[in-house]
Formats: sequence, structure tokens, C-alpha cells
Amino acid sequence: MEAVVAKEFSRNKIHPRKFALWVACASIMMMFAAFTSAIIVRQAAGNWLEFRLPDIFYFNTIVILLSSITLHSSYLAFKRGNTNLYRGMLAATFFLGLTFLVLQYQGWQTLTDIGVALNTNPSGSFVYVVSGVHAAHILGGVGVLVVAMLHAFLLPHKVTAARKLRFELTLTYWHFVDFLWIYLLSFFTLLY
Amino acid sequence: MANTAIKPVVTEEELLIEEYGYDDHFHEHHHGDKYQSNFITTYIFSQDHKIIAKQFLITGMFWAIIGALMSLVFRLQLGFPEENMAWLRPVLGKWITINDAGMGSLAPEFYYALVTMHGTILVFFVLTAGLSGTFSNLLIPLQIGARDMASPFLNMLSYWFFFLAGMIMFFSLFLSTGPFAGGWTAYPPLSALPQASSGSGAGMTLWILSLVFFVVSVLLGGINYITTVLNLRTKGMTMWRLPLTIWAFFVTAILGLLSFPVLVSGFLLLMFDRSMGTSFYLSEIFTGGQALDNVGGSPILYQHLFWFLGHPEVYIIILPAMGLVSEVLSVHSRKPIFGYKAMVYSILAIGFLSFIVWAHHMFMSGVNPFISNFFVIFTLIIAVPSAVKVFNWIATVYGGNIRFTAASLFAIGFVSMFISGGLTGIFLGNSAIDIQLHDTYFVVAHFHIVMGVAAFFGMFAGIYNWFPKMFGRFMNETLGKLHFWGTMIGAYAVFWPMHYLGMAGVPRRYYRFDSFEAFGQFSAMNQFITIAAIITFAFQVIFVVNFFYSIWKGKKMTTLNPWGATTLEWTTPINPGHGNWPGKIPTVQRWAYDYGKDGKEFISQVKPLEEGESETH
Ligand code: HEM
Ligand SMILES: [Cu+2]
Repeated sequence: MEAVVAKEFSRNKIHPRKFALWVACASIMMMFAAFTSAIIVRQAAGNWLEFRLPDIFYFNTIVILLSSITLHSSYLAFKRGNTNLYRGMLAATFFLGLTFLVLQYQGWQTLTDIGVALNTNPSGSFVYVVSGVHAAHILGGVGVLVVAMLHAFLLPHKVTAARKLRFELTLTYWHFVDFLWIYLLSFFTLLY
Repeated sequence: MANTAIKPVVTEEELLIEEYGYDDHFHEHHHGDKYQSNFITTYIFSQDHKIIAKQFLITGMFWAIIGALMSLVFRLQLGFPEENMAWLRPVLGKWITINDAGMGSLAPEFYYALVTMHGTILVFFVLTAGLSGTFSNLLIPLQIGARDMASPFLNMLSYWFFFLAGMIMFFSLFLSTGPFAGGWTAYPPLSALPQASSGSGAGMTLWILSLVFFVVSVLLGGINYITTVLNLRTKGMTMWRLPLTIWAFFVTAILGLLSFPVLVSGFLLLMFDRSMGTSFYLSEIFTGGQALDNVGGSPILYQHLFWFLGHPEVYIIILPAMGLVSEVLSVHSRKPIFGYKAMVYSILAIGFLSFIVWAHHMFMSGVNPFISNFFVIFTLIIAVPSAVKVFNWIATVYGGNIRFTAASLFAIGFVSMFISGGLTGIFLGNSAIDIQLHDTYFVVAHFHIVMGVAAFFGMFAGIYNWFPKMFGRFMNETLGKLHFWGTMIGAYAVFWPMHYLGMAGVPRRYYRFDSFEAFGQFSAMNQFITIAAIITFAFQVIFVVNFFYSIWKGKKMTTLNPWGATTLEWTTPINPGHGNWPGKIPTVQRWAYDYGKDGKEFISQVKPLEEGESETH
């Protein structure tokens, strides 16, 4: 693929790969916008089971916010040449990402325990499905982090243009799924 | 393709590229051959946009033929409900039931499956992938002066996801319970309850799976098209110098990227309703004498999610056709496109408006009539940019030095079809009139003319015009013109009478009409339509034969620029290799429509402005 990504690119302010990622994020955003619009419309129609979102969802918010911070500081350390911080913060992000997924799963279990099962009422079903689709995006992000860790731990620490670009792509995506969670949580909080 | 033996004389454009072109040292890397070295990487898992374009085109043609054959079967049923269909048994098997008297008849559930598959295949596989996939791939890099797409690899994946989607759908045709049969829009409950009809089980599961892969294909393609247009334009190719084809593909890709994900959301909820017992779309349903325990769902929610994609989707289909037609009309009437900027703005306006009119498909589904008013207004406003475009096409052709080639005839035919179908859209866009017309043959006539036939005409115009660029040979013009006149007359013969059926209230998606007192009187008209459809299909056979014959045996292209066009694709060699231009990439000096300027027939985009020549057109 590198091959055809020829010289034309050097003239651009933003790397096409990065631009493509932004476009993909816009597309993912539309998918979630569809979900949240569906929630609004459905809630307005009545027969809407009200329940309080388990606290674990809020706790999880802290986890994911924290992971954005750790990844960002890993990126800064990468650029500065601070290898230990770079590797350490990257690993921390990876574990925070995994923690998010585990807590998310526990959140669903708590929901079921308080009597809001997947198929009890659409209000609850939406929480499961929408947060589940979000978790799938986190899972994808965790996969990307694994690749980033392989780079960080197996290769000597060199700040090349290609590696910087790859890191920036990872970073952008991770911040994006983080933002996505805040967006979804605000709906879950306001409409339930 | 074998390389042509005669090397044509070096053209002025080639010299200009040599002089003013941009040297990106592309051919010094020797990478091109690395992944084009054997048959598999060259023709199958190719990453070259030109090959991928052909893959989309030929796959699209395959599906077009399947979809058209399906329509012939259900047209036979509608035109001749009493006829013996036993002769179709070798093809359709158990879906033709034969009674004691030896009379074969089409199984009603398979009638619905055919209609559903016909719609799905034509809308998604042929007119979305086959049209925008083919020409976006072929023309975006060639017309903006790029070596290839931004990511040739994702581009390849885009094709293979489409292929996979097609395979799954194809497989579903052979299920013992039949393919999905609930209409191409897949409304619940028919799509949400596996027990609702025979196609709602495995058929629907495969349908949804196929379309999810299809969406992946559209998204991968779209990301690439947008990134390529914005980032890989050659030096001097400003947005305002882009040919209208590129503008159209660009906006099409944006529409796809913003609307298809919404369909995926709708599908995900549907999948949960199908298999996990949720009630997003289901409420208080009795089936098989039993009440289901789903409560609280709303089928209308699905309709909203579907049509939020569905309406932009119809423009995803028509915009590329509009782009191709604009280009072909300008080239073959030897005149600049009339109102270039107005054309661009109307593409953008149509693109924007297409997101706020979706509920015009739902006027009769019980949405709040006050909300309907909002959608009526925006729907009617779409007529304005549409009319601007029509006006500009006519003004482009008017007074031109028109060459009546197969390509330009189809482009003119497109304008005619778009006018006819657009006018009926204005009827349908009024929620009061829609009370009578909704779900009748009037709607069928509307969208077949404005979308089906018009988009096909745009595609044909594109194929006849760019065939030499794709295969280095020409299609036969005489057969092309025959194809045009047969299709033009045939399509009107098929779809015009449907307006009368619709006004009389004849509903769409009915298996037979002869048993209804109110509709029985139309049997002659239905026979006429069926016969016209068969004849029109026969004319498409001419096209298919011409197409494949010409690939190998057509008249060879001997000059680089047979139509005398200004755009960059005609500055590439007859059989452009990997990277499109053998040496430097061209830089662009002027807009794409300098026809008949300062007494010259046409001036290529690579030609710098003369001393004292003004760029304004
Ligand atoms: C002036 C522009 C147009 C207007 C005002 C318009 C309006 C409408 C309306 C109101 C309906 C719904 C009718 C009903 O179901 O009762 C409809 C159906 C449809 N229109 Fe248009 N339309 C326009 C142009 C187009 C174009 C350009 C395309 C495609 C290229 C298109 C494709 C369709 C399709 C596919 C359907 C039917 C879908 C279905 O129910 O299966 N329309 N149109
Ligand atoms: Cu519409």
C-alpha cells in the first residue's frame, strides 16, 4: 500500500491517512447519531421503562477518560524520546481499555440484576445494544493498542515520520471512542 | 489487453505534460510491478483502480441480468396470470406448482421473493455498486491527475466486500425456504419475525448479512473516494476546475458515508429483534393464532432509520449518472457545460436536501400530519436544484454542434427520463395527493423512470463514452444507437402506462389483479406492459453482446483522444499502465470545459493559458 502513496502527499497539510480516519469517524458518528435519535423518538412515544443507570457506568467513564490522558502522555513521551514513560503509559492505556470492557460487561450484568434485562423494555434494550456497539469499537481500539505496544516494546525507540503517523492515528481513534462514550452517556443520563 | 503494436504519434498533450508536468519520481520506485506481476494480482486481487472499475462494472452487469430476468418472470405473472408457466419449472423448480390439469403457476410467495430480490439487486448491487463503483474508480484518479486511489488496498477490499455480499445474496436464492420476500425496504414485522413468512427466516438472515457486507464495501470505497478527491488532485486542479463527474462522485461518496451507517444501526436493532427477543420494532403481534409477548416496539422507527438512508440512497444512485451525463453532453455538443458553478451548487444542494426529506416515504404510515408538512416543503424544494440542472443540460445542448453518438443519445435520453420522473415526484411529494397514490403503480412508475431508467441511461452514456479508455477499443456505434432507440421507446412503453394504473388506485406488490373487480379492466394494459418489457429486455441483450464482443473484437482505438475531450484521462496512453501516466503527471492549467473557446474546438486542461487569454469562461 505504501507503494502508491507516492509523492503527491508531500504537498498536503494533512496526511491522507489521517484525513481518511476523520472521515471514518464521521461515519461512525452517524451510526451513533442514528441510535440516539432512535432513543429520543422512542422515548417520546411512551411506555418507556424508567430506571437509574448503574453507577458502574459512571465509574467506567473515569476509566476511559483516564485512558485518554495516559495515551496522550505516552504520545508526548514518544515524541520527546522518553522511552520508559512512552512504554509505561501505553501499557497503562491498554489495561485501562481492558478494564473498561470488563466493567462494561459488569454494568450489563448489574442492569439485568436490577430487573432490566435485554428484552424487558426497549428503554433497557437500547442501553445494551448501543453500549455494546460502542464496546465493540473499544475492542477494535484495544486491538490497535496491541499493535502499538508491539512497536513500542519490540522496536528501538526512534521517532520516524511513519511511526509518528501511526501513533497519531491510534491516538485520534482512541480520543474519538472516548468522546463517543461521553456523548452516549449524556443520552443515557438525560433520557432515563 | 495486449499492448497495441502501433505507437501513435506523440500528441500535443503529451508534450505539454513533458514540459509542464509534475515529476513525482513515481516510476523510479519499481513498485508497480511488484503487485502486478502475475495473473492473480493483476486481474483478481488487483489494486489498480482501472481494473477494480472493470470488476465493479462486470459484476454489476451480471446482477443487472439476473435482476432483469426476475422482473420478466413476475411481469409474465402480472400480464398473463392464466398462462401455463410449467415451462419455467426447469429453472424455478418447486416454485412453479403444477396442478392436476398440468397447469403450472408461480407460487405466490416466490412472486414476492422475486419482487424483493429484483429491488434489492437493482438498487444496491447494480445502480449503487455497479454505477458509482465503476465510474468513481475509473474516473477519479484519471480525471484529477492521480496515480491511483489514496489507498489502493482499501479499494480492493471494497470490491471484494461487494463480491462477498453478492455471493451471500446469490446463495440465498437457492434456499429451500426461498430468499427474503418482504420487499426491498425490509419493513418489520415481515423482516423481524423469522416465522412471519417463508422468506423471513434464513432468507432474511442472509439478506441482512449480505447488506451489512455491502455497506462495508460502500464505506471503504467512499472513504477512499473522498480522501482521493480532496488530497490527491494534481497541481493546478483546484476544486473549481474539477469536471462535474468528480463533483458528483465526491458528493455521492459523502452521502453514502453519512447515510449508510444509519442503515446499519437500523439493521442492528432488527437483528436483536430477530434473535434476542427485544422489541425495538415489534409490538402486540398475533401470528399463527398466538400473541407474541413483544410490546413497546414501533415498526415506524425502522421506517425512519431505513428512509434516512433510503432517500439519500436514491441520490447516491442518480448523482453519478448526472455527473456522467453532464460530461458527455458537453463533450458531444462541443460546448462548455452551461452554468458550471450552478451545476456544482445544485449537486451540493441536492445532497444536503436529500437528508431532510426522508419522511415523504412515510406520509401514509401514521406520522403526524404536521410533521409531514415540513417534509412536503423540503421535498418540493428539491425540485428547484433539480430543475436548475435540467435547464443547464438543455442549455448546454442548445445550439451545440451535437454529435449523435450512442453516448450522447443516452445522455439526452437521461434528461428526458429525469424530467418525466421528476414531475411525478412533485405529485407524490404532496402528502394530500399521496393518500391516493401511495403504494400504487404511480410510485412504481415514478421511481423506475427517475431512478431506474435514468440511472441506467447515465450508466450507458458513461460506458459508451469511456469504453475506449477501459478497453482500448470502441463499442459498435450502430448497435449502440439501436440499443438506445429500443430502450428509450421500450422504457416509456413499460412505465408510462403504470401512471394510469396508479391513478386508478392499482396497488403495487399484488400477485394478480384479475380477481379484483376494480382492477380486472386493466388486464390488456398489463399485457401490453409485459410485452414491452420483454422487447426492451431483448434490446439489452444487444448491448451485452456488443459489450463483450467489443472488448476483444471492437474497433481499435488509434488516437489518444477520440472524442476531442479536454479532461486528463484522455492524455494517458491508450492502455494506461499502473500509475496512469508513463512519465510525469500532468498539471492543470484551466477548467474542464474549454470547448469552442477563441475559435478552437477544444483546449485540453493541460494547456497553459495563452498570452492575453483570460481564464474566465
Ligand atoms: C423532484 C424530485 C422528487 C420528488 C419530489 C420525489 C418524491 C417522492 C415521493 C413523495 C415518494 C414516495 C411516494 C410514496 O411511496 O407514496 C417517492 C418515491 C420514490 N422516489 Fe422519488 N422524488 C423525486 C425524485 C426522485 C429521484 C431523483 C429518485 C431516484 C433517483 C427517486 C426515487 C424514488 C424511489 C426509489 C421511490 C420509491 C421507494 C419505494 O417505496 O420503494 N425520486 N418520491
Ligand atoms: Cu425519497
